[in-house]
Amino acid sequence: MRTQLATFPKGGVHPKENKDLTRALPIETMPDPSKVSLFLKQHVGAPCQVSVPPRVDAPIDDGLLLAASHPGAVFRLLVHKKERVNVGDRVGDTGNRLGAVLHASVGGMVQGVENALHYQEGKAQALVIQTDPESVPPQYSEVDWRAFSREEIQARIAAAGIVGLGGAGFPTDVKLNVKPGTRLDTLILNGAECEPYITCDHRVMVTYAREIVEGARILLTVLGITYCAIGVENNKPDAIAALNEAIARARADDGFRIEVKPLAVKYPQGSADQIMQSITGRVRPSGQRSSSIGIIVQNVYTTKMVYDAVALGKPLTERVITITGRAIARPANLRVKIGTPISEIVNYLGGTTPDLCKVVVGGPMMGFAVSDLDIPITKTTPGVLFLSHEEVDAQAFGPCIRCGFCLDACPMGLEPNTIGIYVEAGRGAETEPFGLMDDCFECGSCAYACPAKRPLVQFIRLARIEINQARKLKEAREQIRKAG
Amino acid sequence: MATHHSTIPHQSCDGADGHHLLVSVSPHLKSDLTVSRIMWTVVACLMPPLLLSIFVFGFQTLIITLVSVISCVATEAIAQRLLGRPVTVKDGSAVITGVLLAYVIPPGVPLWTPVFGGVMAIFVTKVIMGGLGFNIFNPALIGRAFLVATYPVAMTTSWLSPIRDWAIFKHTGPAVDAVSSATPLYVLKHYGMAAMLEQFGSRATVYKDFFLGAMPGCIGETSALLLLLGGLYLIFKGYIRWHIPVSVIASTGVLTWIFGGERLFTGDPIIAVLSGGLMLGAFFMATDYVTSPNQRAGQIVFGIGVGALTVLIRLKGGYPEGVCYAILLMNPLTPAIDQLFKPKRFSQGAVQ
Repeated sequence: MRTQLATFPKGGVHPKENKDLTRALPIETMPDPSKVSLFLKQHVGAPCQVSVPPRVDAPIDDGLLLAASHPGAVFRLLVHKKERVNVGDRVGDTGNRLGAVLHASVGGMVQGVENALHYQEGKAQALVIQTDPESVPPQYSEVDWRAFSREEIQARIAAAGIVGLGGAGFPTDVKLNVKPGTRLDTLILNGAECEPYITCDHRVMVTYAREIVEGARILLTVLGITYCAIGVENNKPDAIAALNEAIARARADDGFRIEVKPLAVKYPQGSADQIMQSITGRVRPSGQRSSSIGIIVQNVYTTKMVYDAVALGKPLTERVITITGRAIARPANLRVKIGTPISEIVNYLGGTTPDLCKVVVGGPMMGFAVSDLDIPITKTTPGVLFLSHEEVDAQAFGPCIRCGFCLDACPMGLEPNTIGIYVEAGRGAETEPFGLMDDCFECGSCAYACPAKRPLVQFIRLARIEINQARKLKEAREQIRKAG
Repeated sequence: MATHHSTIPHQSCDGADGHHLLVSVSPHLKSDLTVSRIMWTVVACLMPPLLLSIFVFGFQTLIITLVSVISCVATEAIAQRLLGRPVTVKDGSAVITGVLLAYVIPPGVPLWTPVFGGVMAIFVTKVIMGGLGFNIFNPALIGRAFLVATYPVAMTTSWLSPIRDWAIFKHTGPAVDAVSSATPLYVLKHYGMAAMLEQFGSRATVYKDFFLGAMPGCIGETSALLLLLGGLYLIFKGYIRWHIPVSVIASTGVLTWIFGGERLFTGDPIIAVLSGGLMLGAFFMATDYVTSPNQRAGQIVFGIGVGALTVLIRLKGGYPEGVCYAILLMNPLTPAIDQLFKPKRFSQGAVQ
């Protein structure tokens, strides 16, 4: 007799999980790399500012006042070339604009700001720190966070540079800044980890269940609500057991109700919209925030980092990532410093096998293929895949046979087949009515399911580009008309 | 003109030194389902009725089917070559068309019949419309409709009586003595139920023979049982859904029961459902991805339309048999039905 597991009704696919490579491997700490490259933008919002000489302090205000979490902050230039920093030193800040602060992830000497390869954006500015093996990292000790006010807790989260670690990278303190008058009732911790291959959240839940549950209490305190559901896909029974045990052990009469919700294994279970629907049955209206239906979603690993920030005062300088695939000599769940180049991770794990075909930063469904290993890990990198020939499907694609499998697969009820046909015909700009601008989060379920192997996500991205171009053109024409 | 067969540039993957890594847009995992796997599975599901037809009508049926398949595949290959398009016969779709075309022509036709039908089905219906995925009508059925219109005598009198003495080579050779034994549906239409039962045995015998496949008829539409098994396997594999076959069969049965007798509600739905290629049409023709709707509600509407038109043609039309034209009449409505029944958008379910 199987209990009915909670899940979302519409769409979804069941890719091979491939988690066995790393499922049972305990978290291992990699020694500091020889250098780290810290992207100035590894979060949603404005890029961090750092100082390269000349060093001046200047207030900034360019109208991007989004973050109420830095009220009246005066932006300070923080470091300069050849300066020595220690782990956890603040080296970048976005001032009063939306963003997250950046910390040195190793002790050593600041080399300056360079253009580094970025897996998503080609190249991006990064602060490079040369590691000094002699530097002694600071020690953190636990304090009773219950002594802090809500504002103090949020300030500590902001000061630690915590962003959504699931991949979105939204600054956590800003997410907790719910508009006054919003009626919240549920905090969801997202431990679905529905991407195949990736097991970092899994290991974090098994290893740090106590910290996650305590982090949930911190978040509930900030939000002023009492109920938290931790959604975990049912393929991680040890994580579910560890969390349940931590909840039972940490029973306090503080009125909080925290429970684990086992979820059916179905991709994209870990998408915010889908996990909210799986757990509460509520559906977020298009274009609105999750708080409009009374829910805040946080990734379990982010929650663990929140605990570290608030209870230990520890900034976000390292994270666990899953290094996996059949073309890496030794798969691992590895704790690495933010900014560690993938090439150094590969060397540490004994190199790649000769049949390496594709390297993907992130999960196989939404990650980015890269052509170079000199790419640094960011706060939002859940893992790196080293895929062999047999794991890569490089078939040519054919015409759409109208089978409708992509329609069944799309969790948002869109029509990827139609969008693809429009784009192929050079009419991508006309696809806006199909809802791809608001609702498609490029989960890849459609392209996974397509028997003709059509690159539907690529078509959707092209359609978005064409729609944006058409909008710009329209605006320009309007302006010319007005001027004339 | 869009290119229908783009290819992702293949790069060598000697990525040991971090160079020449394959780069493509996510997702990096694909299901192991391919177009050709679907197509060849359909071909496999269509083989049992062919084997049975050899025992029922003789070895001739295998030859006709082979000629039809070769004609369809060759037409596709030659046409694509001449038009400068990539040759895609490996995907199996032309093979399906060839098999289905053979299944809807009588077993006693001369061998040039499937050749003409194949050219019509593949070249006119599919290739010049743009190839796989771009045809409006079911190619095999256009092939049949063309043959019925052009060679009506061959297509309506080449019936063979079922062989019951295992002499499967009886009808091979140049002079096929086609028995102009009319099909049960023909007798039923023109002479009524009593005459049909007189000719083909008691009602129970007729049911059994229809179900198992010992009846005069087209090559592949005799055995309702084997077609049903093949169709159920496709549903079990998830390649087709139950919505079209069930709505076709149910609407045909119900409407025949209401209108098919002397008085209302006295028609025989079982004969209607077991006869005249309805099973073949319901499971293998009406479910063609390209020419049928792809949402469940639209598929039910489509299926009911096919069933209703089938009954209408059988009872009031000029042909004893209506499945072919019913599907062909519903095919061009597919885009309109797809417009009416779109997938439900996620946020449409937003209820506070």
